Amino acid sequence: MAVIRRLGSLLRLGQRVAGLLGGVLAATTTKGAELPEDRADAMYHLYDGGGVTASGPAVLIRKSLFNSVSLSGSYYLDMVSNASIDVVTTASPFREKRTEGALGLDYVYHDSLISLSGTTSDEPDYTAKSASLNVSEDVFGGLTTVNLGYTRGWDTVGKHGSPSFSADANHWQFRVGVTQILTPRWLASLNLETLSDQGYLGSPYRAARVFGAFIPERDPSTRTGHAALLRAIGDIGWRSAVRVEYRYFWDTWNIRAHTAELGISRHVGDRWLLDGYFRYYSQRHALFYSDNFTSELTYMSRNRQLSTFTDMGPGLKASYTAVRVPGRYEVKVNGAYQWLRFRYSDFTDVRTGKLYSFNANVLEFFVSATY
Amino acid sequence: MNRHRIPRRALSTGLLAVVVLLAGCGIQPWVKPYERERLADPIMKVSRDALADKHREHVFDVREGARGATGVQGGGCGCN
Repeated sequence: MAVIRRLGSLLRLGQRVAGLLGGVLAATTTKGAELPEDRADAMYHLYDGGGVTASGPAVLIRKSLFNSVSLSGSYYLDMVSNASIDVVTTASPFREKRTEGALGLDYVYHDSLISLSGTTSDEPDYTAKSASLNVSEDVFGGLTTVNLGYTRGWDTVGKHGSPSFSADANHWQFRVGVTQILTPRWLASLNLETLSDQGYLGSPYRAARVFGAFIPERDPSTRTGHAALLRAIGDIGWRSAVRVEYRYFWDTWNIRAHTAELGISRHVGDRWLLDGYFRYYSQRHALFYSDNFTSELTYMSRNRQLSTFTDMGPGLKASYTAVRVPGRYEVKVNGAYQWLRFRYSDFTDVRTGKLYSFNANVLEFFVSATY
Repeated sequence: MNRHRIPRRALSTGLLAVVVLLAGCGIQPWVKPYERERLADPIMKVSRDALADKHREHVFDVREGARGATGVQGGGCGCN
């Protein structure tokens, strides 16, 4: 009930804003760029791996108004049971809940789509708020789409059992992207994003290891990263398409990361749409990461997210159109599963002294309706 | 802190977009609207399901050092 009340209040707020905007703007709008289609999703999601289970429901509702405005609201719940290797070796396993609410407003004007959104995420010891503005413009007769975006985030970090502990973290993200129709069968996109963080960027619970002894980790208070993603999608016939993408990431903490994904999508019959993909990720460790420091430095971390590791695995997704009323609505039942293998090159399990690795399962099951 | 560098980065990304736009001014669209039927098929979309994509992005964001440029919007969290 709390979920419905929260979503309802978010939507009411959005409707008021859209009411003000839409009344003024509807008369001036012509159809160029298109609004996202009206849609509702209800999802169950699960991540299970490395001693961590995070699962819960999520909903998303999107509805257009005045032919030029689309409102969206989403609610996302993570119920986390954490007995990860960090937790079992330096703390006690715990359970907690994270709730996330988001509200979005999209406005289309000629060939431009302007999107505003806000997100709040609440955990007992961490709150995060963010606001985003994205502008998408179709140019060259719709052959090219240019995107510009900005996100600002404000986090407050707390600590269980230490009510006096409170620290802030600020985030800025700038992005630009181009999607290009290459041929009647192929399109490609290039996205660039710069991410800047400032403030408390570590964890009050995590420990670094110096000469075998654990001490609280010490992370720098600034970080700037850059990501470049190149993607191509092509129709290869037989009602099938292939997708290839590669991302390079680098930052001021000296992390260098490669992400590659290869996927294929295919219609089967009149009602099935199947996807298969394989994702590969590798990264080099941060400058101030060590499994076991042999001297005390200004910055020291044993956060395995900053270590040298790879993760990879295949995924499958199936979508079945259960109800189809042409021109009115459609209901689909969807399931997606990905298996992942994480292998660390410089992070050991202190219980065994061996390099750490684990497998993970990622699952989404959702029903979606377009109307 | 690199707070003063941020506007410069925004400017450079903005300029890049302008250059891309201007570079194409003399070019006629070579794929006509009536030739784009295949491109409108759902299998050609980068993201078909925003909610499921958000979950998947979140799984990787809290476990990997790299972030960004995927086009999927996510909120912050203290999940790691």
